[in-house]
Amino acid sequence: MEQKTNINALEGKQDLTIMREFDLPVELVYKAYTEAEFIAQWMGTNVLKLENRNHGSYEFETSHEGNVMFKANGTIHKLIPNQEMVRTFEMENTPIGVQLEFLNFEKVTEDKSKLTIQIIYRSEKHRAEQLKQPFAYGLNMAHNKLEEILSNQQ
Amino acid sequence: MKLRRDVFQAIADPTRRTIITLVAASAMTPSAIAENFDYSRQTISKHIQILTECELLEQEQKGREIYYQLNPKGMKQIADFIEPFRKMWDERFNNLETIMKKHQSNIK
Repeated sequence: MEQKTNINALEGKQDLTIMREFDLPVELVYKAYTEAEFIAQWMGTNVLKLENRNHGSYEFETSHEGNVMFKANGTIHKLIPNQEMVRTFEMENTPIGVQLEFLNFEKVTEDKSKLTIQIIYRSEKHRAEQLKQPFAYGLNMAHNKLEEILSNQQ
Repeated sequence: MKLRRDVFQAIADPTRRTIITLVAASAMTPSAIAENFDYSRQTISKHIQILTECELLEQEQKGREIYYQLNPKGMKQIADFIEPFRKMWDERFNNLETIMKKHQSNIK
């Protein structure tokens, strides 16, 4: 089966590219990125602040059972509706550091679209920290799941 | 986690990536590989050597000719490294798609 999400991360570089095709009109993918209600749903995070405009800023906070798991923030540098977003993103208290993101929203057909995100890190090392993160995240999620199952059994 | 830096160095070069794509289709002799490039035979041999040293390509002797083919083990290392990150995004985007489709049918 063809993969819907592709990652391009070349060795020796400090950036990576994420590509995804959606069975959705481009307007809806853009909406998912710019409306708090939808960000909260698909990213599973609380949106504390979101200023959708050039030089606006945003803050996300993800909690699990009342504990803050992670906080992220950034500044929107440039916004062209249904086409482009340039923003910074920083997951607080992680060694990943601030990253610069170029998001390109592309219409393929009336109900298909393509999203390309180029992320630039401070260095190759910072990028490696990002790539390692899902390992830890995956372990965390597995652990939480286990806890849930165990507490439901009690 | 231990990274095989050499492997990633090998695929950082566009010529070497093209060689990988070529031999992925079918095993090839060095001269058949070189025909696809404007570079000298020597330059291509050097690239093939690096890819072989990094265990991305493997040799096979067929009669008098040496053929190069992909070494699945080496290629898997690269995929394994990025895979959890890719999967994380794939799941997030699947989520996005489901939520926005639901929204789409609600507004129709």
